[in-house]
Order: sequence, then C-alpha cells, then structure tokens
Amino acid sequence: MAKMNMVQALNSAMDVMMERDPTVIVMGQDVGYFGGVFNCTAGLQERYGEKRVFDTPISEAGIVGTAIGMGVNGLRPVAEIQFADYIYPAFDQIVSELARLRYRSAGDFTSPVTLRSPCGGGIRGGQTHSQSPEGIFTHICGIKVVMPSNPYDAKGLLIASIEDDDPVVFFEPKRLYNGPFFGNPKQPASTWASHPKGEVDEGYYSLPIGKADVVRSGSDLTIITYGTMVHVCEAVVRDNELDAEIIDLRSMLPLDIDTLVKSVDKTGRCLIVHEATRFSGFGAELSAQIQERCFWNLSAPIQRVTGWDTPYPHAFEWEYFPGPSRIIAAIEKVMRESA
Amino acid sequence: MSQKPQLRVPGAPARPGEKPDFSYLKLSQAGSVDKPAVHAPVSDTEYLSKQLVRVLDDNGVAQGSWNPGLSVEKLRHGLKLMLAVRAFDDRMLKVHRQGKISFYIQCRGEEAISIAQGLALREGDMLFPSYRNQGLYFARERPVVDLMCQCLSNARDMCRGRQLPIMYHWKEKNIFSISGNLTTQVPQAVGWAMASAIKGEDHLAVTWTGEGSTAESDYHNALTFANVYQAPCIINVVNNQWAISTFQGIAGGQDSPFAARGPGYGMPGIRVDGNDFLAIYAVTEWAAERARTGGGPTLIEHVTYRASAHSTSDDPTRYRAKDEQDHFPLGDPVERLKKHLVGLGVWTQEEHDELITKLDASMVDSWQEALSYGTTEEGSSFAVDSMFDDVYKDIPDHLVAQREKLKRQLQNQ
Repeated sequence: MAKMNMVQALNSAMDVMMERDPTVIVMGQDVGYFGGVFNCTAGLQERYGEKRVFDTPISEAGIVGTAIGMGVNGLRPVAEIQFADYIYPAFDQIVSELARLRYRSAGDFTSPVTLRSPCGGGIRGGQTHSQSPEGIFTHICGIKVVMPSNPYDAKGLLIASIEDDDPVVFFEPKRLYNGPFFGNPKQPASTWASHPKGEVDEGYYSLPIGKADVVRSGSDLTIITYGTMVHVCEAVVRDNELDAEIIDLRSMLPLDIDTLVKSVDKTGRCLIVHEATRFSGFGAELSAQIQERCFWNLSAPIQRVTGWDTPYPHAFEWEYFPGPSRIIAAIEKVMRESA
Repeated sequence: MSQKPQLRVPGAPARPGEKPDFSYLKLSQAGSVDKPAVHAPVSDTEYLSKQLVRVLDDNGVAQGSWNPGLSVEKLRHGLKLMLAVRAFDDRMLKVHRQGKISFYIQCRGEEAISIAQGLALREGDMLFPSYRNQGLYFARERPVVDLMCQCLSNARDMCRGRQLPIMYHWKEKNIFSISGNLTTQVPQAVGWAMASAIKGEDHLAVTWTGEGSTAESDYHNALTFANVYQAPCIINVVNNQWAISTFQGIAGGQDSPFAARGPGYGMPGIRVDGNDFLAIYAVTEWAAERARTGGGPTLIEHVTYRASAHSTSDDPTRYRAKDEQDHFPLGDPVERLKKHLVGLGVWTQEEHDELITKLDASMVDSWQEALSYGTTEEGSSFAVDSMFDDVYKDIPDHLVAQREKLKRQLQNQ
C-alpha cells in the first residue's frame, strides 16, 4: 500500500493496465509529453512510448471518433477529455456511435473505449471548467457512467472501466484530485495523506462498476450522493453529530438501486445531494426510483440539494455550490416533516 | 460590384422545367492527367485535386498512364458485379413499391465506385461504407439473400431487426456497420487505421461519404487526425452532385473541388471520374499502395451522378431537371465499361443482355428464398426479449426488470 492522491491513483490505474495489457492506449489533449493538465498521465509516454500514449488535436469529436475505430480494431483506448465542459463536441460520437455500436450490429462490432474527464466545480473555473454533466450521460443507453470520490475507488473503478467490454464515461471530480473537500473553502486545503481512502494498493485491483458504497451507516436518514459531495455530506453529518447513513453511488449507470432501497426502507427519510443542476438532474431519477420502491416506508418527502439551475458562475461560486448550509437546511426539512 | 456584403446562396444549375447544365463541371481529357510516383510529395500531387483523372475515353478506349492494365477476366468480373448490383437495386425497389420492405436506397449511376474499389483493395482492409455502397458487399461476395433478409428484418437479419433496411454489416469480411448518422464513420475509419499502424499491420481502413455530408465536423476532424498521424487510410468523397434536393454548391463545392481539401490538410487529393471503372481502380490502387507502404492517407473525390432518387422516400422530379442524367457528361458507368469490353472484343451485347436476364431471374429466386426466412408483415422472427440484448455485453438489472415487465404485459394482452 502507498499514500496516493487521486491523480496518482488514476495514473497508477493506467500504468498497471498498460503494463498488463498491450492493447491499452492513452490519448487526449496534452496527455503525452506533458502528462496532462492535471498530471494524470504523467510519465506514461516515457514508459510506454508515443505509439501508446499520444497527444491529440483539440477535437473532442475527433478523439472519440478515432478512439471508437481503434476499439473496433482491437485496442482498448483510454481517452481523456480535458474538461467535462469540453465533451459536447463529441456528444454525437458518444450517443449515436459509441453507445449503440454493439446494439446496431447485434454484437458483431464493439468498442471498449474509456472516456476520462475531470468534472465539477469549487476550483474557480467559471462556467466552462466547473460543470457536472453526468446526468446527460445517464440518459444514454449503452454506456456506463462512473464517478469515484476518493483515490482508492478511483484506481479500482478506472481499472474496471478499462477492462470493461462496454464503453465507460468516467468522471473525475477535480476538486478532489489533491484532497477531500468538506465544503468550506476558507478552511485550509486537506490532503489524501491522512484519509483512509488515500491508502492505495500499488498493484492491480478492481472494484465492481454498479456497486454503491455505504460510507457511513446511520438510522435517522439516508443521504445519497457521489463525487465531491460525499465529503461535504460526511462533514455535515460529523459536525452536527447526526445519525445519518451516507451512500456514495460510485456508479450512476448501472445504478445500485438495491443498496439505496435497503437503506431508505430502514431510515424512512432520504436526501439526495449532487453538485449538478437540479432540473432533470440525476437526483430526479434517484428520487423517482426511490419513491416507486419505498413510498410506504417514507416518513417525509424526499429532498434534493443540488446546484442552482444556472450556469456555474465565476463570481458567486460558493453561493452556487450546494454547500453545508443548504445541506443542513434540507436535512432539517426532511427530519421535520412527517407522513 | 455591390459596395455591401451580399449573402451568396449557391443555387442548382437547373431545377424542374429548366435545361440541364453541367458546364460547371471541369473535365479533363482521358489519359491527359499524369500519374505521379506512389511516394510523390504532396506538393507534387496537387494537380490531381483540380483536374480529373480519366482512363476511358468517349470511345471506350483506355488512355494514359493511369490505365491499370487489368486482365480481361477482372474487367468482365467488374462488369458482372456492377450489373448484379443494378439487378439487386431494381428488385429491391420493386419489392419496396409492393410494400414488402419499408425503405430502400439505390446506388444507380454510382456502381463503379464500390465495385472497382472493392476489387482494388485487399480482404484484410476494413471498409467503412456510407449508405450507397452496397456494391462493396458484391465485391466481397456476400450472398444477396443475406442483404435481402436484413431489409426484411427477418430471422436471418444480421442486425437482428435493429436497423433500417440497407444498414448492413459484415464482420467476417471486414465491412463496418452503417450508422445512419452521416459521416460519423469517417473518424472511426481513421482511428481503425491508426490502430493498424500502432499494431504494425499493413491493413488499410477505407471509408466513403457523400459530398453533402463533408460539411459535417466529423469529416474535418477525420482529415486532421488522418494526416497528423499518417493513418493508413483512404477517404472517399462520392460527389454525386445532389444531397437529397441540395446541390453540391451548398456543401462548399462551388469554388474549389472537394478533392482540394486533401492538400489543404497535407495529403494527396485526387479528383477522379467516378463513372470510369478503370480510373477508379487505378487511383485506389495508387492510394492503397501509398498508404500500405507508410505514405499516409489519400482523399479521393469521385465525380459521379446520383441517377436514382435519394431514397424510396424521395422524389427528385420535385427539385431537379427530369432528364438531367442524360446530359451528365461522364455518362453511365455500366455502359462505359461495357463499351470498353465490347471494343476489346471480349464482350457482346448479346452476352450483356443474357446476363441481365439471368441476374434478374436470380434476384427473384433470392427474394423468394429471403421471404422464406420471414417477412415484414409477419413481424420480427426474433423473440421480443432480444430487444434488450446487446445494449450492454451483459444485461444489467434494470433492463432485466424492463424485459420481464414487457413480457408480463404481452402475456396479459
């Protein structure tokens, strides 16, 4: 085991897989010599050569389009989209091609592409470096959508994604790259060094895609969240000495609904927290599925805490970010109301 | 000249009721365009993108350095395949009119492209077709019954009822699945070719798109990647003058040939007579050898004419001059190859007519056989469960639940 931050854990995942499987290649803007704008691919080109780790033109649709062709020709491309905010030019190649190739060819042609992309805010990125578009991707049949919240999960899930024969869109909350974030930007930045999930096996391991993690058990309410908000929710629960169960989804598609239902049936109260915008956000799907299954065990309406339905602003970043005060208010509401 | 900017909306040279006019097409004499060395620098190939490579002259005689010198056997094989595609298209149009299939796309007038290129390439080369490249299946000898079964979505449909008619694929013989979204296959072909180079293989990727959809960003992404990585591929633009009702000027063909994009991106661009079997074969052979020996990609623009409607959902008499095809200066590809063979004394009108009759009859037989595997009226031969297969490699729980729900609903009906 070694201490790793999320960047190092992701790097280790790609390193391990490139070592094990000669068909794994890494491509994307600045991923080669420079090692990526967030350093996630540092050293890989030096180790595996520029035929297996290479820079691409600034063309997300070109990256995904060519990655699909490489996948059809027997490679396992791991393509980086430098920011999730930049993924939209590739949308048609993802929706109409990558996701549906297996289906339309009745399983004859497949392309096991992994798309890695940093997402989320809290880094002073403004409206084009802060988005959380995972909900757009969970609406697509034929891809998997993953978002880890810590280094240990990031490595295990990225290895699982690369090994998966279906395409995976792998979102990395960039606010968590160097340490967990508890929702208060005025606090000194924390690192992964003292966090148990910063202990990462240096070798090969994988975590199943589609399995949520109960990060804290509790009996009064269930908080369902993922990505950066896992740590914000944990801090709120800890600071307010609440008896809440916190579930980190880790994978949104497929969704581990059984774990969610089991918890909500037990607690009778449910709060959903995500950084992405609210309207038609992934929380809406969660809320619908939980009320379909847990309605008679719910003591109060399900609540959602999310980003506002505006672009992610530069100036009012912390008013936008669904931080501790909004989470506390929602918890009070979900605890106060009763059926 | 007006002193203010004027919006230019390129128009068609002739609309219904007007006299067809192809004066905009710049032609070269057969045999007049030189053939450069296979590894000529791009700068020494630029003329190929502005002139028109032609081998067959108006008398059906092969001229010049691009003459590929094909055996009589190969030429006759090419003609037979072109006639087979035409017979297949005729049969499928008829069965569409009878309401037996929901949709069809003919390739009339463009047969030489898929057949000549299909024959000029190697089996290990991966083909990424557009929707009007059915000839590739004939060049690679797919039984026509299989194509008909796909159009019927019946028990032997290789797509298991998932795709519109004509969106075939053939994994065993390296013909890629057709998307239906235009030009998406072009960057995919480039990626396939990049993988070929990464793996140290000499298989090429070859792709086709219409001139209209070269306006898609995917096309330009593909050309950038192809040239940056010197991907071993051939990118074909089939310029058949019309994108449904839109004349090629709207796609950007008015001021500069589509082939000229090639040198713009750093690769050779060749403008070829798309109705000249020999010229198409020759430029494909040249581009394939160049790519196979490390010379990178080539862009080929085939100047041809869409003699059919865009699809069975289209009526071209509403937007173009009725007899336009008769005025197209490059004629008909089947007639031109036939004339060549007759001129060589290795083919006769009688043999030609006999073959057409034979092909028509065989298409009827194949159609009957295809129907025996299921018809559109009978509905899908696959179990309704199969709708949920192949979304993922292994079916996830939520799809299992939806599949069971559908089955229960159907049982209760």
